[in-house]
Amino acid sequence: MNESKIVLRDVEMRFGAVVALHSTNLQVEAGQTTVLIGPSGCGKSTILRLIIGLLTPTSGAVEFEGAPVSQNNILALRRRMGYVIQEGGLFPHLTAAQNVTLMARHLQPALPEDELQTKLDELCELTRFPKEGLARYTVELSGGQRQRVSLMRALALNPDVLLLDEPLGALDPMVRASLQTELKDIFNRLGKTVILVTHDMAEAGYIGDSIVLMREGRIVQQGTLDDLRERPADDFVSEFITAQRSLVQL
Amino acid sequence: MRWGVKEMKKQQKTNDKRKDSSRFTHHVSRITFHTLSILLIICVLPSVNAQEISVGSKRFTESYVLGEIAKKVLEDAGYHVEFKQGMGGTIIVWEALRSGNIAMYPDYTGTIQETILKSATPMTSGQMRSALAEHGIGMTDELGFNNTYAFAMRRAHSDSLNIRKISDLQDHPNLKVGFTHEFLERADGWTPLSQRYGLQLRPHGMEHALAYVALNSGEIDLMDAYSTDAKLVEYDLAVLEDDLHFFPKYNAVFLYRLDTDPAAIDAIHKLGDTINEGLMTRLNAEAEHTKDFAAAASLYFSEVEHRTVEVESESFVSKLLRWTGRHLMLVGISMVIAILVSIPLGIRASRPGVLSQIIIGVPGIMQTVPSLALLAILVPVPMLGTSPTTAIVALFLYSLLPIVRNTATGLQNIPTPLRESAAALGLEPTAQLTKVYLPMASRTILAGIKTSAIINVGTATLAALIGAGGLGEPIISGLALNDAEVILQGAIPAALLAILVQVCFDGLDRLIIPKGLRLEEVSQQAAVGE
Repeated sequence: MNESKIVLRDVEMRFGAVVALHSTNLQVEAGQTTVLIGPSGCGKSTILRLIIGLLTPTSGAVEFEGAPVSQNNILALRRRMGYVIQEGGLFPHLTAAQNVTLMARHLQPALPEDELQTKLDELCELTRFPKEGLARYTVELSGGQRQRVSLMRALALNPDVLLLDEPLGALDPMVRASLQTELKDIFNRLGKTVILVTHDMAEAGYIGDSIVLMREGRIVQQGTLDDLRERPADDFVSEFITAQRSLVQL
Repeated sequence: MRWGVKEMKKQQKTNDKRKDSSRFTHHVSRITFHTLSILLIICVLPSVNAQEISVGSKRFTESYVLGEIAKKVLEDAGYHVEFKQGMGGTIIVWEALRSGNIAMYPDYTGTIQETILKSATPMTSGQMRSALAEHGIGMTDELGFNNTYAFAMRRAHSDSLNIRKISDLQDHPNLKVGFTHEFLERADGWTPLSQRYGLQLRPHGMEHALAYVALNSGEIDLMDAYSTDAKLVEYDLAVLEDDLHFFPKYNAVFLYRLDTDPAAIDAIHKLGDTINEGLMTRLNAEAEHTKDFAAAASLYFSEVEHRTVEVESESFVSKLLRWTGRHLMLVGISMVIAILVSIPLGIRASRPGVLSQIIIGVPGIMQTVPSLALLAILVPVPMLGTSPTTAIVALFLYSLLPIVRNTATGLQNIPTPLRESAAALGLEPTAQLTKVYLPMASRTILAGIKTSAIINVGTATLAALIGAGGLGEPIISGLALNDAEVILQGAIPAALLAILVQVCFDGLDRLIIPKGLRLEEVSQQAAVGE
């Protein structure tokens, strides 16, 4: 199992008396899209935040390529991971372009402007973001555009890993469906290790190579959509899947 | 000018508490000092010249006039004289003399005995001289007039009630009484007097010049006055006889530092026995009539030495420029230091914890100290005294809170998802602050600086109370002269300056606040509009 990109070993996360994550083991394979799914408060976002070092585990360890994540290496590791959250997390005082190039400029202040522009053009094409929108500020962008810019920002340093926390959660259904298609396409093309958090089983089944179903701070079952559907670990798994009925079933 | 009366009342109380708090201020000043040392040097340097001498005065007409006379006499003796006029009450001016901020000022034997030397028994001038010498202070011969306290009433009113002597007040406990704060608090003031005479009156504190107006208009019936006040004649007031001989002699003298240049001491000694009560009253009347203390000083030289002396009166434009220039210097320096100190403090205070509460709390307490009281606390601090530095330190302390608090609030109000996004990008903590947090909080921080600056422009008028100049100078002299026009010469430019500061900051908003944040505000307002 040495090729696992990210491993959680007996990771427990407590906030005072509240246990957000019971002792958990998880392996995320390189180049795969792993989806964390479950009801609100099941601990799925906590796992993402542990991986990118926004939280420090109460016990256990998070390993990145075999080395434990610590305060010493977290800065370097974060620059190898892209992080996208539900509301985009774009900085309102910067334009779309400035948001995307913030880190590149910070790390290489002498980087020529045309190189940055080439990178921006590539990212615009990849995420189908209109180039004329690059000069706009966050407040001037639509919800879908913000998520595209946020994805561009996450991809700007060409990271190994993408962490997406309900990236489509705040979007209306039409935008959401088309972005799901695009995301899957982008993941396939880039071949990056992706961890996506969602509460939508259809999205999980459509995008994910591996689905991790969670409940009350524990992993209930990990597998493909078919595994979960055909060999549910318990009643909760079946209930969770059937609760997410689609119009087709109606 | 409401602040004048209210603040002054507080000043007297603080003078009494001065000793208790001096240890604390000492400590605070030491800390502030290290941060301000460079500026201190700049401000202290100009007073090193040997040919320079500074004369102080208290904050009433007679003291201003005597100061102008001393200034002229010293200039004739070849000195360059800085006249720090209207510095405040006895304590402030005495401390300024003792600490070497001024070389001399006019005072009265009664005040020296009671307030400065705190002697309960009458002293001869020899005893006074030797007691003062222990402080390194000398005393001239008496100038020739006794300006003692007197009680004054409207003549018609005193006639109708048949009040001639202070004892007669015993039968009229319901008179409305306005006394100066100094008289109310002095050891030889109201409290022992009321006991000696058995008086039941309930006085309240009032600025001396305003008390004349109040007495004349019938708002009060009785006030304390000085026996050489020009207004006693002008308003034709009845002066009550001190039939129990309570008031000590208040013979005018000059106090000077013994280490003053001997030629300067000689020059000031020549003023001895040259001004009788009649002349002093006329000089005071001249000052109030012409609204020009220098003109009153000229009258002295023409009457005493029978020579016409043009005591130089500055043109209004030149005075206005001098006041405004000094005002801007006080505001500018104190604001720059306040910004440099407050923003880092605010950044620290934006994190949770006890230290943050202390960082916000201490400037908050500073803010509750009345400005005049703060000045009175700072004046006795070694190296501060009545220099502009004291005013700058006080203004700096007042400017801290809005900037510290707004910086902390602005940073705390940044939504958690955005903070986490900045961290998740891999920005170092410093870069998170400079590239994300501070720009995002810029609007709030700038608003804090703006509030500070506007308050600062207003508060800086009080610098004149300790002779530090600025637009407060005409306000203070105007109060002494009871002349609204003179007050407005300072008040209007100060108000205009505050408006100008506001306008400049509105311009600065466009320059400093990132466009994205301004758009955000517009869209939020539009959303509220819907």
